[in-house]
Amino acid sequence: MELYRSHVLVCEGTGCHCSGSADVIQKLKEELEKHQLENEIKIVSTGCFGLCEIGPIVIVYPEGAFYSGVKSDDVPEIVSEHLLKGRIVKRLLYHDHVTEAGIAKSLDEVEFYKKQMRVTLRNCGVINPEKIEEYIAFDGYRALGKVLTEMTPVEVVEIMKASGLRGRGGAGFPTGRKWEFAHNAPGDKKYVCCNADEGDPGAFMDRSILEGDPHSVLEAMAIAGYAIGADQGYIYVRAEYPIAVKRLTIAVAQARNLGLLGKNIFSTGFNFDIELRLGAGAFVCGEETALMSSIEGSRGEPRPRPPFPALKGVFGKPTLLNNVETYANIPQIILKGPEWFASIGTEKSKGTKVFALGGKINNTGLVEIAMGTTLREIVYDIGGGIPGGKKFKAAQTGGPSGGCISAENLDMPIDYDSLTEIGSMMGSGGLIVMDEDNCMVDIARFFLEFTVDESCGKCPPCRIGTKRMLEILERITQGKGKEGDLENLETLAKNIKASALCGLGQTAPNPVLSTLRYFRDEYNAHVYDKKCPAGVCHALLQYTIVKDLCTGCTLCARECPVGAISGERKQPFTIDQDKCIKCGVCFEKCRFNAIEKK
Amino acid sequence: MKSLQELEEIRNKTRESVYLRKDRAGIRVVVGMATCGIAAGARPVLLAFLEEIKKRNIKNVTVTQTGCIGVCRLEPMVEVYLPNQEKVTYVNMTPDKVSKIVSDHIVNGQPVMKYTIGVDGR
Repeated sequence: MELYRSHVLVCEGTGCHCSGSADVIQKLKEELEKHQLENEIKIVSTGCFGLCEIGPIVIVYPEGAFYSGVKSDDVPEIVSEHLLKGRIVKRLLYHDHVTEAGIAKSLDEVEFYKKQMRVTLRNCGVINPEKIEEYIAFDGYRALGKVLTEMTPVEVVEIMKASGLRGRGGAGFPTGRKWEFAHNAPGDKKYVCCNADEGDPGAFMDRSILEGDPHSVLEAMAIAGYAIGADQGYIYVRAEYPIAVKRLTIAVAQARNLGLLGKNIFSTGFNFDIELRLGAGAFVCGEETALMSSIEGSRGEPRPRPPFPALKGVFGKPTLLNNVETYANIPQIILKGPEWFASIGTEKSKGTKVFALGGKINNTGLVEIAMGTTLREIVYDIGGGIPGGKKFKAAQTGGPSGGCISAENLDMPIDYDSLTEIGSMMGSGGLIVMDEDNCMVDIARFFLEFTVDESCGKCPPCRIGTKRMLEILERITQGKGKEGDLENLETLAKNIKASALCGLGQTAPNPVLSTLRYFRDEYNAHVYDKKCPAGVCHALLQYTIVKDLCTGCTLCARECPVGAISGERKQPFTIDQDKCIKCGVCFEKCRFNAIEKK
Repeated sequence: MKSLQELEEIRNKTRESVYLRKDRAGIRVVVGMATCGIAAGARPVLLAFLEEIKKRNIKNVTVTQTGCIGVCRLEPMVEVYLPNQEKVTYVNMTPDKVSKIVSDHIVNGQPVMKYTIGVDGR
């Protein structure tokens, strides 16, 4: 094996890939060859480091220098200065990574990482996900070896129960109990499935785990197979995740090659193999019964439960279905013990949770925190606060099934139960931050539009009910809201929750209910005063020219696409409200702040 | 995979190669690689260190470079840091001197006095 004096880790997760990390790697290769450094310095493609906002990210070891926003044009400087001469290129270092004295500090000292606790993301950004040996070097497949050679299936189930792990897909069902049901289910053929059909807008935790550490999921599925008595696993992953699919395919092939999947693993007589199933990206296929029907090759539609998948799942056989992040925890729980895991988090929610931070936040990216961390710590300490110093208004968790956390709950410790209590939910981990410029009615409309679009149409409450709710919301945002609309929304929401067939329909009204609960004033302003306080809903806005500020430069009149602005040169202009289409061009173009948006 | 031993072998073999990416408390060999160092021939020295360490399969050593150490007339210079010991600075380095430094100092903890700045640098 070659000995390298330095490793250059380049993030090849989807985020950095999109901002050009492939070019950076290519350029690195060229430059290393040019300086004849290719036998001394190793380039390692890794998964996500979490700070997607400032990608592509490059980390150079042994120094641990953390470069952000690296362009391929920066590469020659990194190679000739840092890799050849050992002088760190300070201008490219992540800003929080440099002390006031201009010295690079350790990565653990960076605010973004300091408050995080990386359990499921432990290997993301550390190993090359396309090399099984690197996963093994960081204790990979030891948990599987331990389980197969030292434990009975019942003991494994007991460990899962003792750990207190709950499903990370959203609902938070105790994983150990799920395993117990599947273990106890009668049948000689059983299946283990992995739900990698991550569909919430703004969520990308599972994708990052699959891209950065695919073997952790394979290993956990094999452990699950042993625990419940299954010899076949399916990973249902969406085809819209090409990098994740590619790395999973490589990982499965490598595991088979080393005999970590297949027949007679560790000479224990245990057989287990995994196949991928690519989903076409329907949101409903993230629902467990729809997902299984899609694995079977049928149309992805949910069916009533019971029977639960643990008794009758894929091909009518007992099936265990867990989410990607849930699986990624499992090898660690086996190796470090359930007590270790149960010592992290809050009383009823153990361990850590990964959140995809998005929206109005400085550090857009992926963070993993211990349960019980407050929203304030996530938004302000890890997330770096809101751009432009704007005021925090709410955070949306759980995507289209979740709700909003308002500013009054910023200091509440986040876990499954506290979120449910305030009318939101943990969900899969999307966390969208909103500031004063976001209109909550519009947000509710956005999520409902998504659900209406993605409703499979099998049950009327979801198919028709959500559509009716959306129609009301659209009316409201267009300034045509009327008395009784809000009450109708509430009635519809309550009925859909009570009668929809699957979890998606039952939770679809949540964004509306939760915004109604915390931001009813805004709804009232839309319906009764025909105003949008945040200035988002176009139809409710009015652009006017402030006479005292207008210089009569004619710029706005020339830019207006519908000729709604008129006036005499060097005199204040006026906007004809009947002609105005509220496009906002005048507002953007005016150099004197003379246009008012209300 | 037939046995746990087999897994352990892969693990141990690969561990060395990913060792760089973890917190280290091992031995550091630092080669002065500023313009003066490179001009005086620091790169062959650095390569010789890598070669020797690989040949002897020594773990816990990182070979890294640094800028100008300050005494350009004595380049190429190499500093060797052993845990809990004073650093040792070697001067006027050539690839030929490397194997002795590795065997005496890095493996056995005995600095090669005759190559150090205190003796050779006078």
